[in-house]
Amino acid sequence: MTAISQFFKSFLLWELFKGMRLTGRHFFSRKTTIAYPEEKTPKSPRFRGLHALRRYPNGEERCIACKLCEAVCPALAITIESEQREDGTRRTTRYDIDLFKCIYCGLCEESCPVDSIVEMDVHEYHFEQRGEQIITKQELLALGDKYEEQIARARALDAPYR
Amino acid sequence: MVETAITLWEALPFELRTLVTITAKILLIVGPLMLAVAYLTYAERRVIGYMQTRRGPNRVGWRGLLQPIADGLKLLTKEVILPTNANRFLFLLAPVLSLGPSLAAWSVVPFAEGWILADIDAALLFVLALTSVGVYGVIIAGWASNSKYAFLGALRSAAQMVSYEIAMGFALVGVVMVGGSLNLGVITQGQEGWFFWNWYWLPLLPLFVVYFISGVAETNRLPFDIAEGESEIVAGFHVEYSGMAFAIFFLAEYANMILIAALAAIMFLGGWQAPWPDGMLGDFVLLNDGLHWLLLKTAAMALLYLWFRATFPRYRYDQIMRLGWKIFIPVTIVSIAYIGVMAWYGWGPWFA
Repeated sequence: MTAISQFFKSFLLWELFKGMRLTGRHFFSRKTTIAYPEEKTPKSPRFRGLHALRRYPNGEERCIACKLCEAVCPALAITIESEQREDGTRRTTRYDIDLFKCIYCGLCEESCPVDSIVEMDVHEYHFEQRGEQIITKQELLALGDKYEEQIARARALDAPYR
Repeated sequence: MVETAITLWEALPFELRTLVTITAKILLIVGPLMLAVAYLTYAERRVIGYMQTRRGPNRVGWRGLLQPIADGLKLLTKEVILPTNANRFLFLLAPVLSLGPSLAAWSVVPFAEGWILADIDAALLFVLALTSVGVYGVIIAGWASNSKYAFLGALRSAAQMVSYEIAMGFALVGVVMVGGSLNLGVITQGQEGWFFWNWYWLPLLPLFVVYFISGVAETNRLPFDIAEGESEIVAGFHVEYSGMAFAIFFLAEYANMILIAALAAIMFLGGWQAPWPDGMLGDFVLLNDGLHWLLLKTAAMALLYLWFRATFPRYRYDQIMRLGWKIFIPVTIVSIAYIGVMAWYGWGPWFA
């Protein structure tokens, strides 16, 4: 009996029609594509994108040149040189991140005792010339100033889980 | 002004006038056909995208409508690479050989009552012959490329196309027996009337199915695209082709698809005939016989191609051979036998 029904099913292309019905239904379904530059998917506050160096509200840079981030960086993307400033505090004279080496693991941010180096949810950036991928201390601080509000909001949202 | 033009025209020698008229007709067919090919690629990407809950190309022009033109321009500006040790002459001849027949076959397609380039009596034979010649394009491409993948693809497609040609030819024998002619226009006229009663698709249903599936196999389209088989032999017979040479293969494939779809529409779905007796619903042009019905039916059949591609996984080589030789050919032979008997004795409502 099953053999006979199998025979008729295969001759009536039963299973093929079932498959076509499925794809036919999908034809009218809602499309899942995001039209990227116009629409964007929501990002987690934990998103690890472009880096920035933050400042305290009084304008003082947070970084104390402890070099923990440099030590923890698995890709050796961070280069730090430091010196004593006139007021006796230790500050970096050089803080370079090579964004080609960086694997965006977020360990630098984890290791930072003063929440200075952070990874923001900015992921739309590009370089036009070789060498631009190494971002310097000044650029990092400028990024921090530009996105401070965004950075602070993301940290606050994630704070309960840390 | 018009009169001077007419007198000038009539002053031309008769041969020249014929030549100009035929060239104009050819341009009138090939131009829209190329446009249709271009937009079939767009439709394919769109439809398959939709069936995979994607959106497909929607960036170039309004809703992506300029995408095929952008693709064409890109391919035009790219270099045609000749592989080392490839047979230069055959390598460049192959794309032409695959495009030529698929365009030439359109000369016998009746677009509407009397709208036909060459009204020959052996039209169906002509079409079958030309679609078979198309195989040579693929085989020569595979051989001339001097590449293992291309050669494997060519061998596969040769075997496949030869196998399915038989089933396809047999399927058309049924149409010829019922239609009583090899002339596509006469076959269409024989289907005058109601779409379920007078068209051939229902009385010849098994042949219709076999014909269309063989047509899919014949054009090397999914699920029968072992000649290309991306996952196995990269791109099959046209791995080594680039730029415009590749584009011509592409054009040929899609022109063939449209041709098979149009032939299915002509032989089984009544061609240019409306789905009801001509003039039954009044004088409105769109409700009566005409070109638009053929275009509509062809588009519907072409859509089936895209639907198949979105639905079915590729057949294995031995499965293709089994389907072609052990299923389609017996089915068509049995169908031919009973249809022949019915047509001879005029049994049933269809075979008067």
